[in-house]
Amino acid sequence: MGKKVGAVMVLGAGISGMQTSLDLAESGFKVYLVEKKSSIGGVMASLDKTFPTNDCAMCTIAPTLVGTGRHHNIEILTVSDIEKVEGEAGDFSVTVIKHPRYIDEEKCTGCGLCSQYCPIEAISEFERGVSLRNATFVPFPQAVPLVYRIDRTKCIGCGLCEQYCKANAVNYSDEEEKKVLNVGSIVLSPGFETFDPSVKSEYGYGRFSNVVTSIQFERILSASGPYAGHVLRPSDGKHPMKIAWIQCVGSRDEQVGKGYCSAVCCTYATKEAIIAKEHTAGTDCTIFYMDMRTYGKGFEEYYNIAKDEYGVNYIKCRIPHIEEIPETKDLKIIYRDEKGEQKEEIFNLVVLSVGMEPSEDFKEIADKFGIELNEYGFCDTNYFSPLKTSRPGVFVGGSFSSPKDIPDAVAQASGVASKASGSISSERNSLVTVKEYPEEIKIGDEPRIGVFCCHCGINIGGIVDVPAVTEFAKTLPNVVHTEHNLYTCSQDTQDKIKDAIKEHNLNRVIVASCTPRTHEPLFQNTIREAGLNPYLFDLTSTREHVSWVHKNDPKKATEKAKHMVAMAVEKVRRNKLVHRSSVESEKAALIIGGGIAGMTAALDLADQGFLAYIIEKENVLGGNLRNIYHLLSEGDPQKELAAFIEKVEKNPNIEVFINATLESLSGYIGNFIAKVKQGDECKELKAGAIIVATGAKEFKPVGQYLYGQDPRVMTQLEFDKKLHDEGFSGKNIVMIQCVGSREKGREYCSRICCTEAIKNALVVKELNPDANVYVLYRDIRTYGFREKIYREAREKGVLFLRYTTDKKPLVDKDGDDLKVTVHNANIKKDIVIRPDVVVLSAATVPYEENGELGQVIKVPLTAQSFFLEAHMKIKPVDFATAGIFLCGTCHSPKFIDETISQASGAASRATTLMSKKELFTEGVSAVVDEVRCAGCGLCEENCAYDAIKVDEETGIAEVNEVLCMGCGACSCICPSNVPYLRQFEPKQLIAMVDKALEAA
Amino acid sequence: MEGEKPPMDENSLEFKPKIVGFLCNWCSYAGADLAGVSRLQMPTTLRVIRVMCSGSLDPKFPLSALKSGADGVLIMGCHPGDCHYISGNYEAQRKYNILKKLLKFIDLENERLQLEWVSASEGARFQQVVSDFTSKIKKIGPNPIQKKDEKAKKIIGQLDAAIHATEGFRLRSLVGREKKIMELGNAYGEILSREEMEKIEDEIIEDEFIRSNIVLRVERVPKTVEDIALATGFSTETVFKHVARLWKKQIILPHGYKKLSPMYIKAGGA
Repeated sequence: MGKKVGAVMVLGAGISGMQTSLDLAESGFKVYLVEKKSSIGGVMASLDKTFPTNDCAMCTIAPTLVGTGRHHNIEILTVSDIEKVEGEAGDFSVTVIKHPRYIDEEKCTGCGLCSQYCPIEAISEFERGVSLRNATFVPFPQAVPLVYRIDRTKCIGCGLCEQYCKANAVNYSDEEEKKVLNVGSIVLSPGFETFDPSVKSEYGYGRFSNVVTSIQFERILSASGPYAGHVLRPSDGKHPMKIAWIQCVGSRDEQVGKGYCSAVCCTYATKEAIIAKEHTAGTDCTIFYMDMRTYGKGFEEYYNIAKDEYGVNYIKCRIPHIEEIPETKDLKIIYRDEKGEQKEEIFNLVVLSVGMEPSEDFKEIADKFGIELNEYGFCDTNYFSPLKTSRPGVFVGGSFSSPKDIPDAVAQASGVASKASGSISSERNSLVTVKEYPEEIKIGDEPRIGVFCCHCGINIGGIVDVPAVTEFAKTLPNVVHTEHNLYTCSQDTQDKIKDAIKEHNLNRVIVASCTPRTHEPLFQNTIREAGLNPYLFDLTSTREHVSWVHKNDPKKATEKAKHMVAMAVEKVRRNKLVHRSSVESEKAALIIGGGIAGMTAALDLADQGFLAYIIEKENVLGGNLRNIYHLLSEGDPQKELAAFIEKVEKNPNIEVFINATLESLSGYIGNFIAKVKQGDECKELKAGAIIVATGAKEFKPVGQYLYGQDPRVMTQLEFDKKLHDEGFSGKNIVMIQCVGSREKGREYCSRICCTEAIKNALVVKELNPDANVYVLYRDIRTYGFREKIYREAREKGVLFLRYTTDKKPLVDKDGDDLKVTVHNANIKKDIVIRPDVVVLSAATVPYEENGELGQVIKVPLTAQSFFLEAHMKIKPVDFATAGIFLCGTCHSPKFIDETISQASGAASRATTLMSKKELFTEGVSAVVDEVRCAGCGLCEENCAYDAIKVDEETGIAEVNEVLCMGCGACSCICPSNVPYLRQFEPKQLIAMVDKALEAA
Repeated sequence: MEGEKPPMDENSLEFKPKIVGFLCNWCSYAGADLAGVSRLQMPTTLRVIRVMCSGSLDPKFPLSALKSGADGVLIMGCHPGDCHYISGNYEAQRKYNILKKLLKFIDLENERLQLEWVSASEGARFQQVVSDFTSKIKKIGPNPIQKKDEKAKKIIGQLDAAIHATEGFRLRSLVGREKKIMELGNAYGEILSREEMEKIEDEIIEDEFIRSNIVLRVERVPKTVEDIALATGFSTETVFKHVARLWKKQIILPHGYKKLSPMYIKAGGA
């Protein structure tokens, strides 16, 4: 065994790279996050809203952005490339080239004056060319790190930015820097590019001004986009009232070398159409598609809402070309409608739903890291180890391995963190730093406040009379020291704050500068270094909330700034010491379910050095995978399963309980106590984390299509087994898709059945090339690279006949023969087939026991009785209840590789908490005034996190600080404000209100 | 031009509204920051108080702000579905509905209180909301409480009663259970419709407002039903109905007579 290094390099800082980095850093590993752009955030930062919840993308990504930027064990290297990689798994040396930024990262305060005075403009990459930026720029206002950069290719060297930069951060002689990183593992998550549709000249992109790409349209929709959220078209700035989307531009298109499906476009086009309609009522939205592939959790329901409630038009037709009408710049589309009639329609704007394609540098990355790419230019992976590349120690996250949506990317990102750290888990905590602080100084009862007013160059000082505000602060109660500084955030001012705390015996500090959302931790750290409790601090934003928004009225801006400082004084005078408490976590996890998901999670946790208990209700491990006998190029499922089971059974860190069920669960994150029933015995297991991996099952469509009445009618899994046991010698097979899926009562798409049907069809064709296989379908949903087998099946003569729900296929008997009648929606004709077998692609349905289990562990279910995660996009494997995670098909139907990724993701999330020496509480948490509590329990009912409970014996509410997230819901529902939120106590808020209304 | 709106017409003689804004930390405060970053100009009328979640805003704070003389109060939170704490903004909406209903009993313009959703990417929307609300308050005019006249005294009395009502168990439990009753199913597994719930809320809010008025007025000095009716403007019949109820609950107690009318005082008072 060679040397191992407790650090990981992550290449690419989109949502995937950030999530991987956070999980790794939280699990005790040093992370180097290398990004070629000047800010982290990736594509998600430029999206408007996200499907299927229509959450604001920036709102959901911002905590991840800021958290990554702030983490003291994540070193971010932006504007950087890889030069070379040496060494091997456990001990790599990666040489990184940091390109010149021409602005000193240490000195830049992000104030933005350089950009404001830059006379040169360039096309904004972040805005996808829809608007302009300066040559000195940040890509978007919330950029992390908030450090400007000079675009050397555009800069004319006028020197203005240097002249205006008060922080002396501009450095025109900045040079390329090389840095050698010594890391144990490497994660590649370089993201993707969007297809450039100008190569498809028939659509006129680049020639017709009102043809835009879907990602450009995201920016047009965005409230912080080029038109401030007004949906306007480029040619004349008018509201487009008729908008068309053309799907599969650069996807499912062999002519442009993109044979695969991009997996996300159907749902994002649906989202864009809904949002366009929400922006301007009466907008007519039409989506031209090939197959509607809304396969993910909640997507089909979303598609139905778009159709039925929003009135988005969906037309199944491949559009050959677009014409521009020169006078109006409107666009003419000719298509065939459902009846097969040729129609012509004029649109004001056309959005091309561009696919995801490999970035230009994927090849270079592959060469440098010595890994294989697949035929499409994405990273090559194995079906049963989807997070590994072809080189040991190098792992893959996000869309580098295949096009995928945000939740899949986030789950995989956590999963890859587990893989990357599993092999170097012996080195946990070896390279991370724990900051040492001096002991807190004892403070007197009398508040002694120091107020530091910031000029922020001329950002604040140019409008607000900062010296006057400082003078005013002197007159406020308990204020004993004031000063004003050019940049309060600069290193020298930090030292001045520390000196002032000592010299004037300060026990409270206020900074009047920028937003607490980015700068509060910096100042809290400073006062902590000086021995003050970090909660004896307040930051009031005289920049974002004053000087920047009231530049035409300096007098009133100054007055407002004074008010704000006075309000901050009222608050901080009443701030109390907060000491975050902590608990230790058990170093074991309880995994419910012994299928491929549960086993993967257990193996990952065992690699991390933790114990894993698997409880399985059956008498054997394996779950649903035991029923799968064929895969195509992906391998032999039973062989793979046997290998998994052997690994689990041999692993000393894993204990398996078969025939076992969970009776009860008590405790909380880090300290759960589970009662497990195994036969007549009841065992008590202690666990730090719980992973729910209970799976799902194939629907048995009794009573439909003669299922249960004629043995020749069977489900796909039954057919798969039959193929394995007996082979197939018949002539005609009919497969019927969407049996029990996508219909009333079970609206969701089961995601896997199209691929499963085609796989079985190909197995049949392999056994008997002359067999006729008819697949009766609604939409073929072979998303991602699965599109390849769809094409292969057609080439091999599998016949695909489309039906619609109003004319479902009919299966009956004609004498002894089975007879299937189907109305083919494409040729408008009834077709009669006499098959030897009818195979039903039945839905994947949740177990009935989910409801009961949900109550035992107190986690919610979706309307369809799958388990419901904390957040559809950004927390796909966490439950809202801390310490409990989920993975596999109990979350929603999914493929084996997706299940494995997600299971590793759940293991990673559990690792982040179990690997900590102590779990710390939120500083801002609820506190109960025990004397006044009447025990009514309203707080308990209104807590979303199960963090406050009325004690059965004392009848008094108790806060579990480990679970409390600090939202304050309990405080304001309580008839006596018995629970209150630290630092947001009623008396503080009332005092602030009164101060706000006082004359200045 | 982005951020280059014409200067606001805020001449020094004109009425300058004072507005208190309660902004949630995660979306609206970030939206306000973005307005700043984007240099979107707006009136200087707003004083921001950052709270962790719009749902954590005690309904008594907006009322307190109005009582302290605020010309307007803005509550801002994440758009429905966006809440950082799962569903806090829905809670904010529930409390806001209650507040709006209470305001009907107060001689103050209902529009002085407004709830708005502003996301982290809606700097422009933040600007718009602040500007529009300022214009609206300018049209309505100053909070009459500032005049310190009889009318002001009356309104303060009403606001005190409203604050008292929001602190009471009945209103709090109603808000606290609303989701259960209307979405998850009540104790019988029934779901009440919006209309049914509205009706119940209207009744309870009116009750609680009147009762709070009564309780506050007899806190120190005993009063008859007639005294209370005169001071509050409610009919003697209404007042008596609630006095009887409060008496039954031992919240107020009879305390001597004035001619033929019993006087009442708050339990434990005087």
